Amino acid sequence: MLYHKIKIYFWLFGINLFISSFTFGGGYVVVPMIKKYFVFNKEMFSEDDLVNMAAIAQSTPGAIAINLSALAGYKVAGILGAIISCIAAVIPPLIILAIVSVWYTTFSSSTIISAVLKGMQAGVAALIVDLIIDMSQMIIKRKSILLTAMIPAAFFASFFFNINVALILVLCCLLCLAQVYSYKGGQSK
Amino acid sequence: MIEMLSKLLFTFLQIGLFSIGGGYAIIPLIQEQVVGKYGWVSQQTFTDIITISQMTPGPLAVNTSTFVGIQIAGVWGAIVATFGCVISGIIISLVLFSFFQKYKQSIYVFEVLNGLKSASLGLIISAAATLLLLTFLGTTSFEMDSDIDWIAIVVFSVSLFALRKYKLNPILLMICTGLLGLIIY
Repeated sequence: MLYHKIKIYFWLFGINLFISSFTFGGGYVVVPMIKKYFVFNKEMFSEDDLVNMAAIAQSTPGAIAINLSALAGYKVAGILGAIISCIAAVIPPLIILAIVSVWYTTFSSSTIISAVLKGMQAGVAALIVDLIIDMSQMIIKRKSILLTAMIPAAFFASFFFNINVALILVLCCLLCLAQVYSYKGGQSK
Repeated sequence: MIEMLSKLLFTFLQIGLFSIGGGYAIIPLIQEQVVGKYGWVSQQTFTDIITISQMTPGPLAVNTSTFVGIQIAGVWGAIVATFGCVISGIIISLVLFSFFQKYKQSIYVFEVLNGLKSASLGLIISAAATLLLLTFLGTTSFEMDSDIDWIAIVVFSVSLFALRKYKLNPILLMICTGLLGLIIY
């Protein structure tokens, strides 16, 4: 039992170190990576759980990638799992930046690195669109007009009108609560 | 030194706590504090820091706070700034997650979570739209005269196809597209 637990802690440490080393282009790419390793390979939780975690990680302050690592670690191995995952997730950027900061002018003008990153950008875009397709399918499947309509509404509010993210999230929660309230009210009559 | 570190910790705690939406949302907050309020780094250095943070792996917020921390107070500065930046998000996420788990039978909690999911998806689409514009046009503003990067469109389409059809490993995809970038550009 203890052996099994220690094995999970080590796995969490290793996998978060690995994922964090490949997180280019923003926190959202962590979602497909966690899906690959936690959901498909190890079957530690379901895809539905992952979408719940992603929504929570997005709706709370801080870096989405780190929040999501904490939640996945917590789900698998409790508080200690969350702590181990977070430490592992911040180690690669800490080490890499400590090294890079010494000669950062050469680094930022390197054409090789910018070429690699330009290629990766297209890959990251594909990963995120893939994630969007999966999430859309899950939400539309519920056949709720309100929940489906909220997706483009949140998009327009954020992309075209630059409305504060926190405000969008709170409004969507309130709308959902109002819907349950009116639904329940109708039932009791 | 201790005084400097505690100032760093307090500043980044504040930044971490008020940055909902992750990544790019955090940059103006850091800029306001470290460039504007304290003058720890110059505007030019800050712009360099953002460039480097985008070029290295890891979440943008973590990279930026690490780099600012190093510039101000060395390795300990980096650790303290990063810790401050992520700790509030981690704690709030965990509390919210356990709350949702505990009351998942409640219809209210269930619907709020559904609302968060829909809203999050809309926000992810918004981030993706920005990224797609940047990848295909090299700019985030709609301009008629900007050049379309056809190579990027092909790499994107092939990647998306491989992901949908063959469930390609995301890390393998990052390595492949990185190598492709090296060869093409």
